[in-house]
Amino acid sequence: MNNENLNLALHIWRQESREAKGKFEEFIVTVSPDASILEMLDEINNRLEKEGKIPIAFESDCREGICGACGFVVNGRQHGPLPKTATCQLHMRNFKDGETIYLEPMRATPFPIIKDLIVDRSAFDKIQQSGAFISFNTGSAPDANAILVPKEAADASLDAAECIGCGACVAACINASAMLFVGAKVSQFALLPQGQLEKYERVQEMVAAMDEAGFGSCTNTYACEAECPKGISVINIAMMNRDFIVSKFRSKEVES
Amino acid sequence: MIKLESKVPEGKLADKWMNYKFKMKVVNPANKRKYDIIVIGSGLAGASAAATMGELGYKVKVFTFHDSSRRAHSIAAQGGINAAKNYQNDADSVFRLFYDTIKGGDFRSREANTYRLAEVSNNIIDQCVAQGVPFAREYGGTLANRSFGGAQVSRTFYARGETGQQLLLGAYSSMNRQVKLGNVEIFPRREFLDIVLVNDHAQGVIVRNLLNGNIEKYSAQAVILATGGYSNVYFLSTNAMNSNTTAIWRAHKQGAAFANPCYTQIHPTCLPVHGEGQSKLVLMSESLRNDGRIWVSKKAGDTRSPDKITEDERDYYLERKYPAFGNLVPRDVASRNAKYVCDEGRGVGGGRAVYLDFSDAFHRIGKDGVKDKYGNLFDMYKNITGVDPYEIPMQIYPAPHYTMGGLWVDYNLMSNIPGLFVLGEANFSDHGANRLGASALMQGLSDGYFIIPYTIGNYLVTENPEKVGTDGSEFKEAERAVEDNIQKLLSLNGKQTVDEIHKRLGNILIDKVGMSRSEKGLVEAIQQIKELRNEFWKDAKLVGRADDLNLTLERAGRVADFLELGELMAVDALHRNESCGGHFREEYETPEGEAMRRDDEFAYVAAWEFEDVGKWQLNKEPLVFENVELAARSYK
Repeated sequence: MNNENLNLALHIWRQESREAKGKFEEFIVTVSPDASILEMLDEINNRLEKEGKIPIAFESDCREGICGACGFVVNGRQHGPLPKTATCQLHMRNFKDGETIYLEPMRATPFPIIKDLIVDRSAFDKIQQSGAFISFNTGSAPDANAILVPKEAADASLDAAECIGCGACVAACINASAMLFVGAKVSQFALLPQGQLEKYERVQEMVAAMDEAGFGSCTNTYACEAECPKGISVINIAMMNRDFIVSKFRSKEVES
Repeated sequence: MIKLESKVPEGKLADKWMNYKFKMKVVNPANKRKYDIIVIGSGLAGASAAATMGELGYKVKVFTFHDSSRRAHSIAAQGGINAAKNYQNDADSVFRLFYDTIKGGDFRSREANTYRLAEVSNNIIDQCVAQGVPFAREYGGTLANRSFGGAQVSRTFYARGETGQQLLLGAYSSMNRQVKLGNVEIFPRREFLDIVLVNDHAQGVIVRNLLNGNIEKYSAQAVILATGGYSNVYFLSTNAMNSNTTAIWRAHKQGAAFANPCYTQIHPTCLPVHGEGQSKLVLMSESLRNDGRIWVSKKAGDTRSPDKITEDERDYYLERKYPAFGNLVPRDVASRNAKYVCDEGRGVGGGRAVYLDFSDAFHRIGKDGVKDKYGNLFDMYKNITGVDPYEIPMQIYPAPHYTMGGLWVDYNLMSNIPGLFVLGEANFSDHGANRLGASALMQGLSDGYFIIPYTIGNYLVTENPEKVGTDGSEFKEAERAVEDNIQKLLSLNGKQTVDEIHKRLGNILIDKVGMSRSEKGLVEAIQQIKELRNEFWKDAKLVGRADDLNLTLERAGRVADFLELGELMAVDALHRNESCGGHFREEYETPEGEAMRRDDEFAYVAAWEFEDVGKWQLNKEPLVFENVELAARSYK
């Protein structure tokens, strides 16, 4: 844990507001290899505040990789170069002394920049509010073991449900598609017996909300899975597409 | 003096809640939509309360400082959630869960509240399964359980190491459904800055829009605070970066009593501090203590690498002092002893860390065996520290994790301010002086799904608070006070950053109001915190504007509140001349070095009433135990 400090040249995206023009600002820093990348930014910000300058705006909360608040682009990669790692878990020992590092916000049309490295991901909440739930009032549940769930289904459902809503999948996608995010939520419920009744309505509503929010379509590059800090599988997109297509035929039958 | 009426119903313990539900007044379904309710915070307690009240037909407004309500810190809970289902057929029962919880809390909580928590625990699991929470399952499709500290039965439900995330997303989905139905409205990126009282009743809030700095006013017929705990007063804790005390502290300054502020939980198995720039501490499951052995060198200031320290030069201090429980002593005992050996200079390299060594386990079950059980934790350790724990023993150190203290509430979860309800970790209610593992999630959801929806109706019918707008003088005054405070903060142009002062506060508190407390240390702490607070208001340096996204200003407001709360924690710890749960006073230990509780004098809730900054009046709510016998804890 007592390796030499690293000397780094950082180029960090600064943008005062959504409308303002942004640019990279250079910072030369010496940092402990044990620091996380966010702790490095904390130190820079402390220095900036001391000098009476405006600190770099970035979001973070749990710093354990689970809340999904943090996330920016490090040298062109969402959440940095390590697989299955959120930005807050990226430690500076993964960089070399003398390296130049570029930090910029996740860029996607549905995620407008708010300030510096902070983007507006509220479109994700709108998609969730459109139908990502089981319609069920508190108090009317049967005994928990009255609903048997095969272990394989519960495990697969949890694999999908681990999504932290960080937005990396969207920013990684050339089409700014939210198919992995939506697919993960659709699959979590579709895999469980509790989710069956509203399965087809749910997928239609969520896909419609996704389209309305301006997210693009999927062209199977799988960049989303590669950049996902939780390693959510693109199989969830395929499962969602299957349900979506079935739901279309099904609706027509009902209508005719 | 405040009148502290617990409002615990009469009757037998097991019948109290059932009878009370019948006695409470209910709001006619058609009338519910006439009531506006404000919820501050969107964690387990806040989201579950908002969802359920929305279902009932109330008009609910939810405020969170996060960009999305899904990010509340409940999401980071790992281990699980307790319930008295007895699915394992191991003689669990509501009474056993109640007893374990009240004993684990060292007999410093209210019997009736703790019993009700155990009683509704089963409904929570039913509710969450119906919602689609993917709990761990057995091959037959039934729910799986695991055991957890402080219990002899297997009653913990879990979803890998992500139980908090799954439960929170479940509550979030229910709340989202109510958003779609138009019953709940969510206001993200809003920070609560004050409560508004009209005729001494909670009738509104003042919040700051964190994007543009606008001060916004909202009125309601009741206000619910579900804003979590205050471990970040220590600067370094396992809490999320933005967790803070501002909501409950400002309500306290408006008259809400603050109960047992000195009851804090310091978790023994966290990663040690690596340097000055560290921003938070990371918890690792305490299950590691099942197979790891904790030791330090017998010599102070020993800088040799661990493989150079021979077996007879090592002190396995927990095994030595507590032969019966060894490395599995409860959280408070393990934490305190780690502090002691490090105080003696015997921590790793003379610093503040102890070894957690799996060498014996490697011999016994092989590295693969250890990997099967703890692989993800070993990976996490390596990722964060850069050291391979399969080769070099782990280093751990305790970290502030949970606060049992909080705003005083009665059986209805209402503070002493009418119309101001407090849920989850933000209240003081159910855990006494120490919280058992897998009980925090249980309490948050119990308060939100199954208690507040009933008790708030009773309040609304009984008190019939009027519908006020936000144009009244109370709102204008509160708004002006908030704006003045922001201007006062922004005018500070000294030499120290907010974080630097916060770190200094944390150092005072962890040293003197942490794992082990003494009269001398507490008196010093009170003085030092007062001085530091004065320093803050003279020498802090803020940057940026009020009408902009300003992270420095957000932190400054929170730290200003921590600087007042920290003193109250020390004042409370100084007055409580006993040791209980997370509060250990060095003057009150048995000859064997164990906590000495003093039930004759201190079996009460200390509810502090705010008079002025640095000045409080103590109110006591006696704790009466009719169903359990007060026993001393021993782990020898």
